[in-house]
Amino acid sequence: MRAVYGLYPNGDSAQQAVNRLRAAGLADREITVISAQPMEDCEFGEMDKASWMWWIACAGGLTGMSIAFGLSWVTAHSWPMNVGGLPTFAWWPNLIVIFELTMLGSILATVGTLIVSALLPRKGQTLYDPEVTDGQILVGVEDPAEGSIPGLQATLGAPPGARVKTI
Amino acid sequence: MTQPSGSKINDDLLRPLFHTSWRFFLLVAVFGGIVALGLSTWMWQARNGYGITGIKWPVYWGFYITSFVFWIGISHAGTLISAILRLVNAGWRRPVTRCAEAITGFALMIGATFPIIHLGRPWLAFWLAPYPSDRLIWPNFRSPLVWDFFAINTYLTGSLLFLFLPIIPDFAVVRDKSTGLRRKIYGALAMGWRGTPKQWHRLETAMQIMAVAIIPVAVSVHTIVSFDFSMAPVPTWNTTIFGPYFVAGAIFSGIAGLLIAMALLRKFLRLEEYLLPLHFDNLGKLLLVMALLWGYFVFNERLVTYYGNEPAHMAVFWRTQSGTFAPLYWTMVTCNFVLPLILLGIRRFRTITGCVIASIGIVIGMWLERFLIIVPALGHKYLPYSFGIYRPTPPEIIIASATFGAMCLLYVLFAKTVPIISMWELKAADHLPAKHPHSTAKEQRLGDSHA
Repeated sequence: MRAVYGLYPNGDSAQQAVNRLRAAGLADREITVISAQPMEDCEFGEMDKASWMWWIACAGGLTGMSIAFGLSWVTAHSWPMNVGGLPTFAWWPNLIVIFELTMLGSILATVGTLIVSALLPRKGQTLYDPEVTDGQILVGVEDPAEGSIPGLQATLGAPPGARVKTI
Repeated sequence: MTQPSGSKINDDLLRPLFHTSWRFFLLVAVFGGIVALGLSTWMWQARNGYGITGIKWPVYWGFYITSFVFWIGISHAGTLISAILRLVNAGWRRPVTRCAEAITGFALMIGATFPIIHLGRPWLAFWLAPYPSDRLIWPNFRSPLVWDFFAINTYLTGSLLFLFLPIIPDFAVVRDKSTGLRRKIYGALAMGWRGTPKQWHRLETAMQIMAVAIIPVAVSVHTIVSFDFSMAPVPTWNTTIFGPYFVAGAIFSGIAGLLIAMALLRKFLRLEEYLLPLHFDNLGKLLLVMALLWGYFVFNERLVTYYGNEPAHMAVFWRTQSGTFAPLYWTMVTCNFVLPLILLGIRRFRTITGCVIASIGIVIGMWLERFLIIVPALGHKYLPYSFGIYRPTPPEIIIASATFGAMCLLYVLFAKTVPIISMWELKAADHLPAKHPHSTAKEQRLGDSHA
């Protein structure tokens, strides 16, 4: 992988770098920003915010609910036991198991969505510098177009405190 | 006091991971020895049968079920408190949440072993799991014990994931600071974490969803544990108050456990700059509220039983008020109500030491509470043929005590392998938006400065 990136000591200079890359014609999806903490006080911290995670969690909950209902209903009807004329499938006690598996379904769906959408590495998205751990903010471009590297180096090097690296 | 810088946070909180002192080995040896003693006693019990315990007709639930309810209660410290503080975006939660969530995970694991320890044939514990077996018997979904299985496993799974997810960015920090095998292990645990805005947003959304889901699960778990009792026709058990009474008691003992753990971590890991008197003061106030709530529930439960005046209920009532169990009962009241009211209600005494003394008292008092719910009632049911006494034997005492060693061992190992305070959340306090939509100016200040 080839990449050009700058390391910035604070959010303001990183924001300048992002703004300059945008002004140079790069879309947000082409810009990589990496920080050691969420940067809620910077505009670039709002990138990629939209997510279907809440809806997927709801779908997971519904799946868990269906499994629990099926499990308790099938069990009761497969081996029906007449206990003093009580109903074979009783809603009140089964609601407890249905509730627990509903919540488990939504929790597992949430974690699954996080892993698939944010943790599994994708092609061309492996740029990293361990200096981020020490508080530096990385702004860069992965797999830049041929001939664009000198321009990107100049753009990324302009904000105060920038250290530009090319790999 | 100002917020420590990012590199100082790294240095302070990674120190226990990279530097091992003789104290760590000593603690592991001591607690490991206690756990080994407990395990070998359990194996001895499995080999020789239940006859070596004091559990016999009519008191079939003794130390083990008392400890089961106690540890499930302690587990309410973490995930529930952490989830509530996360949802209300309380700035002071940041250094506290991971200490608390770890307690939940370990307490649940320990608590969940007690029903298995309690089995005469523990190797058949898998019969609780719903699977299509060739014995053509499925678990009875109308049984509170099966509800326990589902509730505890859901809470355990949710709590471990709730603990693990926010550690991922900190695993990445350890990965970057390590070399060799340690780097590989933490690299795998970090799951490719880099710290892009997308990853931060997904992680925070996931934590919000988990917090929303885990709060009702936490409440349900101890309600269902209370159903183990309140669904049974035993004097003083079959009451509608047990659900909320157990939940309040669980949160009460959980916060007490958390305060003790925080004080020990602060002392031994030198975290004075992170776990501040403010955190103890805030949790101390919460503990005081829970003490009052506990007193309210006990008063309700006692008064209603007294006015009901059912002979069987009154027999159990007087056994605890002025009979055989009275010394334990009044010790419980002193530990759970009188002591916290004095130490936490009077501002001058609500120091770190005061909070820890009150918490130790509460942990003892809450264990006694569970014992006093179970044993006096089982030993004095409706007819004289079912009257009996229970005396715990050394194996029960050793096994129940060893679980405290297990809790300490797990916590020591956790603090040695994982930053015990969430580093990224501390650093994030410097980067809150100017006008955060969910927090007041005071909360933001608390988050920024910890004070």
